[in-house]
Amino acid sequence: MEFFKYTKALGFMGKSKFTRSLSILLVLGSFAILATKGLNYGVDFAGGTIVQVKYESAAPIDEMREKLKSNTIFDGATITEFGSKEEVVIRMRTTTGDVVVDVGDVARETLGGTGEFEIRRVDIVGPKVGSELKEKGIMSMILAVIGILIYVAFRFEWRFAVASILALVHDVTIALGAIALVGLEVNLDVLAALLTILGYSLNDTIIIFDRIRESVVKRGDSKLSDIIDESITRTLARTTLTSLTTFFVVFTLFMFGGEIIHAFAFTLLVGIVVGTYSSIFVASPTLLLFGFDVKNYHVKLAQKAKREAEKERMRAQYESGVM
Amino acid sequence: MQLLESMRMKLNYRVVIFALAIVFGIFFSAPSLFQMQDGKKVTLGLDLQGGLHMLLGVKTEEAVESRIKSIAASVKHFSERKDILIDTLNFDENGITITLLDKDDVKRIKSFLHEVKGAVVVVVDESISFTLSDEEIQNTQKQAISQAIETIRNRLDQFGLTEPIVARQGEEKILVQLAGIKTMEEEQRARELISRAAKLELMAVDEDRAARVYSMSESEAASYGDVILEDATNPKIKHLVREIPILDGGMLTDAHVGFDENNRPLISFSLNAEGAEIFGDFTGKNVGKHLAVVLDSKVYSAPVINERIGGGSGQISGNYTVMEAKDLAIALRSGSLMAPIYLMEKRSVGPSLGADSIKASMIALVGGFILVIIFMVVYYRMAGIIANIALISNLFIILAIMSLFGATLTLPGMAGIVLTVGMAVDANVIISERIRELLHEGKSINKAIEDGYANAMSAILDANITTLIAAVVLYAYGTGAIKGFAITISIGILASMLTAILGTHGIYQMLSKRIQKSKNNLLWFGIKG
Repeated sequence: MEFFKYTKALGFMGKSKFTRSLSILLVLGSFAILATKGLNYGVDFAGGTIVQVKYESAAPIDEMREKLKSNTIFDGATITEFGSKEEVVIRMRTTTGDVVVDVGDVARETLGGTGEFEIRRVDIVGPKVGSELKEKGIMSMILAVIGILIYVAFRFEWRFAVASILALVHDVTIALGAIALVGLEVNLDVLAALLTILGYSLNDTIIIFDRIRESVVKRGDSKLSDIIDESITRTLARTTLTSLTTFFVVFTLFMFGGEIIHAFAFTLLVGIVVGTYSSIFVASPTLLLFGFDVKNYHVKLAQKAKREAEKERMRAQYESGVM
Repeated sequence: MQLLESMRMKLNYRVVIFALAIVFGIFFSAPSLFQMQDGKKVTLGLDLQGGLHMLLGVKTEEAVESRIKSIAASVKHFSERKDILIDTLNFDENGITITLLDKDDVKRIKSFLHEVKGAVVVVVDESISFTLSDEEIQNTQKQAISQAIETIRNRLDQFGLTEPIVARQGEEKILVQLAGIKTMEEEQRARELISRAAKLELMAVDEDRAARVYSMSESEAASYGDVILEDATNPKIKHLVREIPILDGGMLTDAHVGFDENNRPLISFSLNAEGAEIFGDFTGKNVGKHLAVVLDSKVYSAPVINERIGGGSGQISGNYTVMEAKDLAIALRSGSLMAPIYLMEKRSVGPSLGADSIKASMIALVGGFILVIIFMVVYYRMAGIIANIALISNLFIILAIMSLFGATLTLPGMAGIVLTVGMAVDANVIISERIRELLHEGKSINKAIEDGYANAMSAILDANITTLIAAVVLYAYGTGAIKGFAITISIGILASMLTAILGTHGIYQMLSKRIQKSKNNLLWFGIKG
């Protein structure tokens, strides 16, 4: 089977005006949602308590609410279904510092008499730990981006690095916008998903960039936009296939992975779509925008290749001499 | 003979390494896969097997206060032994002030206090004020944390759970991880054991004012140098005792469960030589008076002293079950906490939720895996099958490496494996596309395979290394379960280099003669021509 057979380069860069507007629109839209609706930080980052309760039969949510009113510790607590009718999650912003009796124990006591239930999970994140996790999360994003930037600049050229980072910012912003739009809770797993998107989207971008670099070596006199079009077209089969297979597995994770992995899978789903789009329509056009000089780079690569060939020759001579 | 010769021709170093990797993968993943008795197995994270994760903080300022309190106690004991008459002796969280009746004694107390590490002593006439230097305060606080870690570790080691983890995290946090907790009750028991101060104090009852204890305010008691404590069995009963204890649990050497004549559990303890001497002195001088056995600021008993008690052993009787007595003895044996601990973070997962999570992620893993495998065969035919061999061995190798290093498999870790499946085929997709491209250009099969691998290499390497950078950052900055995600992704990427690049290349080389002979590009690479 073969979806794409290369016959001629498709005119991706010819459409870059349209896709640029689309990307700007999506990014601005995401900013608008993030500014107005904001991110719904979960306990990991905002601090607070989560108590997950599973009943033998459908959870008596109204009765639970009534019971929880009896203790001020539960002020502002919300109860929501979690995956099934039997299972609910109580969320609150309050935490307790006592090791022996914590909010979970109090909840167990308070909910007594509402039916047969089992407390399956208690997460308590104190405000200090929450803000630390948030700091660490932001730091890890920045560090990952810097690390990648350095590597790409070293392996390619600085314009490639900037273009790929721009695509990454584009992806993460839109993913965050989507998360804010559906009101998904942002916890550590979502952060992990965002970092995975960084890696994934970058994969896509680099494979196209690698082709562009290869084409520059082969045909240093062509127009950049032609080279980009050809490279994207030649990698299109791979881009689509890998995106599809990854999409498959993440989709099964989303469908069957259970409630706990839901936010993680959702973030990845958005990221895969946006990441694939951005490597074609954001990263590559950015090279054009920055006035990447094909001839210059061609000469540079040619020199580098020559130097390496020279080294190789010397080594061969040396080795044969020794032998 | 000729058959053997032709077989040998086909073998190449890539395929040999790949075969060894598969054997390694199967051999070391088997214990985890089949839950065998022997062999190293992958550890399931707390989110998958159920358990308790806690980050604890230490109220270090209270360690300083209790240090000052015990220095005050030793001053008192010293002055009694040396017949120094004290007018007033007060202390708070900052220091101690002592006023003596006789100015000539100031020197002796001063030199005694100077022996305390980090002491700052100021003398004005017959009053002496004692504080700790800033450096010593910091030392005490640091020590409180180390001591808390040590103590909690000791206690949990005796609690009966397998491999409890107690470690320092950052400057002042204590990480406690307990796997395999079955019920909420057991969890709470463990938390009680961890946080129990287990501070044993033997205190003198203020005989002169004890009768007025129920009408006395805390501040009035404090003005006499006394403190009002509740009874352990009945909180309504109050005891008035001297604030400065005769001795504290620091001099305790052993504690174990025993039984009284009515077969009720009690705890017997022994004191070290110094403690035994102080105890002997005190009981000798105070026959006929009451001695309060105080544990964590509750009075367990206040018997009358009948005679001088030498030997340095005593008992704590109370209304506890054998289980409670056992836990209490563990706590006393492992030493008291210098400062109270408090909860900063807690993640507790019940075993049933963990089992559900395993089930759900296994369904996703198997489902996604089958989809990818079918897709690859349909799209690439034999090339797809070769890629699938690499993919399956990749899974075994991930599991084997994790088992070998005792890495922890968490729920995000499972997600990482699922994701690796998606990404590991990427290398083979890139290679196969390159080979197809070259075949379309009319290259010979052999040339197409070799050049295909060469052309694909730089893209695959760059892509993998950048993902690895993200994973390493995630590992360094991630916490708990997220670290598990970074681990599986990293191992998966590294393993895929071995299986998807080296392994499949070896298989092609091994089969190259057959592929060339068949000239069937549709069968081998899924394309016409």
